[in-house]
Amino acid sequence: MDFLSLTNLSKTFGAATAVEDFNLDVEKGEFVSLLGPSGCGKTTTLRMIAGFELPSTGKITVDGEDITNQPPNQRNVGMVFQSYALFPNLTIGQNIGFGLEVRKMPKPDIQKRTLEMLELVHLEKHINKYPYQLSGGQQQRIALARALAISPRVLLLDEPLSALDAKIRVELRLEIRRIQQTMAITTIYVTHDQEEALSLSDRVVVMSQGHIEQIGAPTDIYNDPSTEFVAQFVGQLNMIPVTEVDLRKGTCILAGQRVKFEPSPNQIISSEPRLAIRPEELHLGTGEGRNALQGRVESVQFLGSVVRLRVHVDSAIFSADLFNERRITLPRAGDEVVISFPEQSCWLI
Amino acid sequence: MLNNQVSKQTTKRDARSARPVPFPWRNWIGVIPFFIFVFLFILLPSITLLTGAFRDNAGKLTLSNFVGLLDPSIINAYWVTIKISLASAVGGGVLGFLMAYAVTIGKLPTSVRNTLMTFSGVASNFAGVPLAFAFIATLGRTGLVTVLLKNILGLNLYDQGFSLYSFWGLTLTYMYFQFPLMVLVITSALDGLKNEWSEAAENLGAGKSLYWRKVALPILMPSILGSMILLFGNAFGAYATAYSLTGGFINLITIVIGSQIKGDVLYNPGLGYALAVGMIIVMAAMMAIYYSLRRRSERWLRL
Ligand SMILES: Nc1ncnc2c1ncn2[C@@H]1O[C@H](COP(=O)(O)OP(=O)(O)OP(=O)(O)O)[C@@H](O)[C@H]1O
Ligand SMILES: [Mg+2]
Repeated sequence: MDFLSLTNLSKTFGAATAVEDFNLDVEKGEFVSLLGPSGCGKTTTLRMIAGFELPSTGKITVDGEDITNQPPNQRNVGMVFQSYALFPNLTIGQNIGFGLEVRKMPKPDIQKRTLEMLELVHLEKHINKYPYQLSGGQQQRIALARALAISPRVLLLDEPLSALDAKIRVELRLEIRRIQQTMAITTIYVTHDQEEALSLSDRVVVMSQGHIEQIGAPTDIYNDPSTEFVAQFVGQLNMIPVTEVDLRKGTCILAGQRVKFEPSPNQIISSEPRLAIRPEELHLGTGEGRNALQGRVESVQFLGSVVRLRVHVDSAIFSADLFNERRITLPRAGDEVVISFPEQSCWLI
Repeated sequence: MLNNQVSKQTTKRDARSARPVPFPWRNWIGVIPFFIFVFLFILLPSITLLTGAFRDNAGKLTLSNFVGLLDPSIINAYWVTIKISLASAVGGGVLGFLMAYAVTIGKLPTSVRNTLMTFSGVASNFAGVPLAFAFIATLGRTGLVTVLLKNILGLNLYDQGFSLYSFWGLTLTYMYFQFPLMVLVITSALDGLKNEWSEAAENLGAGKSLYWRKVALPILMPSILGSMILLFGNAFGAYATAYSLTGGFINLITIVIGSQIKGDVLYNPGLGYALAVGMIIVMAAMMAIYYSLRRRSERWLRL
């Protein structure tokens, strides 16, 4: 039984369509991310679940109950905002207790629950401070604790980490996942950061221009993108024009050289077919059963754990990612190299 | 705190490494007129006022001017002035707040907002003879509105106990410049209320009234108090409007001072100075109340 269901949901603002025919079923305790470029309707979708926007059409149910037109303050759905949105005039303790006080919980119970929540986010010491006295990362933890204190049926997070710096962001996202799993709370997480979406989620919903492009587990989204948009948006992708495509045999010609791919006789491809391959699938040198292409290094970019090469193969440009090794000897710009990849790592678009 | 120190250090270092300013005294030229102004029109008059308040007409040191303040008619004048200032500050404050609310959080169209802001800018400075005349022409005994009400609704305001030349009439007239001033000063504070605060409150189960009681009003309170003290002072020092409207029917402290220093029958500048010192004391007391309320209302603010 699906716990949260969005059915044929759409939202228009005047003439503009923000969300279109959105269908998603989320299981209890599942962590689902909405991933997509700016303006694709992620926030609008989330705000419809929270009740801040009324859908133009469609239905939202939680645990079998239709909440489509319920006012936001009766939904019992927790929300974490990008800007934390802590009440500046209340202490950390009062912020967390706010929702409980609204529910007229007895004072000692509020205190107990507030402490529990503070322990959950490891900020017990700060109970009597005001929000401005905490760092951004700490404030967002408090916002999370405040949203969870009311034991919401669903937790909604709208780019909760995007105002924080890189290190805190990674730290806090692990924390969010840990808390989500201990509480087994159904969670919708909005982000435009693919790494966040892939690393956190049970399933990822990739959106573009108000509609869903693909729903799937992170590995599916990355390894088996079902549309060109998903392939391009999630991760890096080389897309090299090819000719003389034979889908049945799985061959084509790339820059005058023959390349093999997994046969897919029934696939429909565009009139300008391109070969798609991820940069990390490319290796330097050849190997048994691999497609090999002769090329020239244009640039070498050292990124730490990864070294990114740009390699000219005739007029096509490949981006290739190598893992750094301590004693690695890197090619230099202008070097002639052979790049290779197994046939099952590439596909046609 | 830590952040503060860090940023201070950085600015210091930046300042040193930056190109040295060739003539630092140049930066002071711009504020010289300000200091001259302060000296000529604030410092000097204050000294005259303070020394004058302790001298009699012959120039001898005396406390009799302050004893004069205890005269029942003068105490009454202070009291009436304070009451009118409070009434018009509260009335104008509430009205101005509601209007500012309507154009900010109430999301009225920007055109309405712009109109209100422009009007407020003008009206908050509209006082004195023209304002008095405008009110006499509309709500005076034979004013346009008074006559219209009498002829159309058969309602005679002046038979109902209303008079433009009374306490409430003057308060009403003051409201004309009080509420626009409130609009001007409170709008930015209302703009500063973040939408997410109200959404977060709602999300946690609170209704609108609870949100206002627990979050919005406490956040606005320092600004509201600040505006009210401004409005109070605005009315407390007003003279021309009251004088031209009531002539002297209403015993305002500014009018009493005027009659003491302007040379008519009552001429006694020493008493006039003492009255002015009394006004400063009242204003200082209001400021003291204001600061203590404000300190309590903004415990949560970075100070
Ligand atoms: N209140 C509104 N009135 C009019 N248009 C709106 C409103 N809210 C959103 N939109 C429009 O709807 C579309 C989707 O907006 P939304 O905020 O959901 O995008 P998003 O995916 O969250 O983007 P971002 O990553 O930038 O936050 C945008 O084109 C936006 O301009
Ligand atoms: Mg958004």
